[in-house]
Amino acid sequence: MIERTMAKITINDKMFDVDPELTVIQAAAQNGIEIPHFCWHPKLTVSGNCRMCLVEIEKTPKLAIACSTRVADGMVVKTESERVIKARQAVMEFLLINHPLDCPICDEAGECKLQDYSYKYSIGYSRFDENKVHKPKRVRLGPNVMLDVERCIMCSRCIRFSDEIAKQPVLTFTQRGTHVVLTTFPGTHLDNDYSMNVIELCPVGALTSTDFRFASRVWEMSSTDSICVGCSRGCNTHVWVRKNEILRLTPRFNEEVNSYWMCDSGRLNTFKFVNSQERLHRPMIRKDSALVEVGWDEAIARTVSDLRSFKKSEIAGIGSAYATNEDNYVFQKVMKEIIGTKNVDFVQHIEENSDDELLIRADKTPNSLGARQVGVRPVEGGSDIARILKGIEEGSIKALYVLEDDIARDPRIAAALPNLQLLIVHASVHNKTTQFADIVISCSTYAEKNGTMANFAGRVQRLRPAVATLDQDRAKDGFAMSRWDKFASQNDRWGRSVKKDARSSWRVLTAIANALGAKLKYSTSEEVFKEITDKVPSFKGMTYVRLGAQGLNMSVSESVSKPRVTA
Amino acid sequence: MGSTGKIIRKKDLNIWQKSYIPEIVKGLRQTITEMFKPKFTIQYPEERFKPQPSFRGRPVLVQENEVERCVACGLCSRVCPALAIEVQASETELEKERYPIKFEINMVRCIFCGFCEEVCPEEAIVMSNEYELVFSSQEEAVFGKDKLLMTTEHLKDRLEFLRQNR
Repeated sequence: MIERTMAKITINDKMFDVDPELTVIQAAAQNGIEIPHFCWHPKLTVSGNCRMCLVEIEKTPKLAIACSTRVADGMVVKTESERVIKARQAVMEFLLINHPLDCPICDEAGECKLQDYSYKYSIGYSRFDENKVHKPKRVRLGPNVMLDVERCIMCSRCIRFSDEIAKQPVLTFTQRGTHVVLTTFPGTHLDNDYSMNVIELCPVGALTSTDFRFASRVWEMSSTDSICVGCSRGCNTHVWVRKNEILRLTPRFNEEVNSYWMCDSGRLNTFKFVNSQERLHRPMIRKDSALVEVGWDEAIARTVSDLRSFKKSEIAGIGSAYATNEDNYVFQKVMKEIIGTKNVDFVQHIEENSDDELLIRADKTPNSLGARQVGVRPVEGGSDIARILKGIEEGSIKALYVLEDDIARDPRIAAALPNLQLLIVHASVHNKTTQFADIVISCSTYAEKNGTMANFAGRVQRLRPAVATLDQDRAKDGFAMSRWDKFASQNDRWGRSVKKDARSSWRVLTAIANALGAKLKYSTSEEVFKEITDKVPSFKGMTYVRLGAQGLNMSVSESVSKPRVTA
Repeated sequence: MGSTGKIIRKKDLNIWQKSYIPEIVKGLRQTITEMFKPKFTIQYPEERFKPQPSFRGRPVLVQENEVERCVACGLCSRVCPALAIEVQASETELEKERYPIKFEINMVRCIFCGFCEEVCPEEAIVMSNEYELVFSSQEEAVFGKDKLLMTTEHLKDRLEFLRQNR
């Protein structure tokens, strides 16, 4: 390692050795000292216009802004001296002069930087008697972002984000002084794939989500750490839940995966089906050409008796890149070892050229790498997905077991499915495949179960149940609980929520395997994961605890990770 | 300091006191004087008690010019120590931007503390003078907007009281 000359600096009477390339605010942050700031963001260029991060540096006559001052050897910084406190109070007073006092109707309230800093660093009252400047409200900047110019404190974070990260420089300030207005250039809209990140970036409630607008107060929701299932990037997210319904997803910082960002598609399109009325509420069996809801015991018994009536070579299993590693592992184990078929594979969903340089991947499934790694691939001499499809078309494969994947979206597969004598499908919502199914198992969605997924780069990350089902209560780790969730009783309408009768796929598969005569003893997904880490080398040494909030990289061997053709 | 545990009586009662006659006379005198004083009980339900403006009856939503003042900020819901209030906001074309598409108070939970009235930034929820609350089931005790809305004319006294004591 190359020795670098470190700069010795003193912050608030404490000595630190820091990289001389850093600015004061970065050096302080690295050492756990928070300097209040609005416009500075670790991933954006420094603009230095909010003046909130003023600090006192010895031997400089005036206060300096910590975000653009480079550290120097021997520098002595004070962040809490009387001059600094006075200056901050003055900055806050200026920012609040024209900021409307409408926190009660502002979506940002509860997670607002300006609100928090008002408590911490402001004088607590206003000396301003004149009329506030009025500016446009309810301005639609783009399809997903709403602007209230009165609330804007002109930090320019959104402008820099659109310019530098999203590469769509459409935002700008016009006018001067207190009349500054944030706007888009004439004829343009803030409609890039990452536009909604400006909502979290905005330190106040100027930029809000059109989708989440007025849906709930921030403190009424519980948040659970999870990951996005929109593509194989696996962005880290917070899932915000009230009354057992997901109301929004927000990105969670993970430098290894998504940094601070998330795409609009992942944010808007990956949670609505969890709340949907189209959800399967119970397992279903086809009786007289119509699907009928039945109990779990009946569904499992029927599955077992139906599977027994076919020869091993007539059965094929299609795993899922949407399901967790645990589900896929138990699936391939049941298929290969208990049912005894060699025909196991899964369908990839790749939308060619839909990827970009920031986050979005062409592989639209969250766990294709994990599915392959845990063994959802044909045994020596068995059929892969193309040959399974051919087998269905030719009639040599008569029974198909499909795990959590709408395979019938592919027209060729949809055309082949009627040839089957038995189609068993695990699904959470009614879809094209369930229309052909003989048995439908209502399975939990990604937001309702414990498990792990591996993203395209081999990052293994945890899923936690954010929404309760009859089978699985919500995760208590990585979980910020709202007052409603803590105190609701049976009689409270606001606490009452619909719990779906859905189960994790691995649990149903374990029950089916045991009914077929196996002796599987999994009672939690963690036990399944333990077996995966023992059997699959690339998962070696991982545990749920070690995966933690940020996940771990697996060691991917070349032979199994090479790209394949889509079915 | 410290007691010996022994009851010390100044002196024993004399024979006149032991007869209890003076105490009976004292008691009777009290009873008879009260009998001729004016009554302050009222014959409920034929007569109804008319509360002062300071009275905290059931909380209601103030309706002004045909719309509720409420902007569905949820502060009443947050401050309510009994968690009686549920608010769901929605967007409106009016200047206030948001309004409660649902506003429910569970009157079984409500403890009439008046915190909701105190915290309200719009003076949109106030304590009325209504104290007669009858319901025969838990469901019936949940008052929606239909039961909660009350016009400013009905609430004149309370609104005036709040103005004076702000």
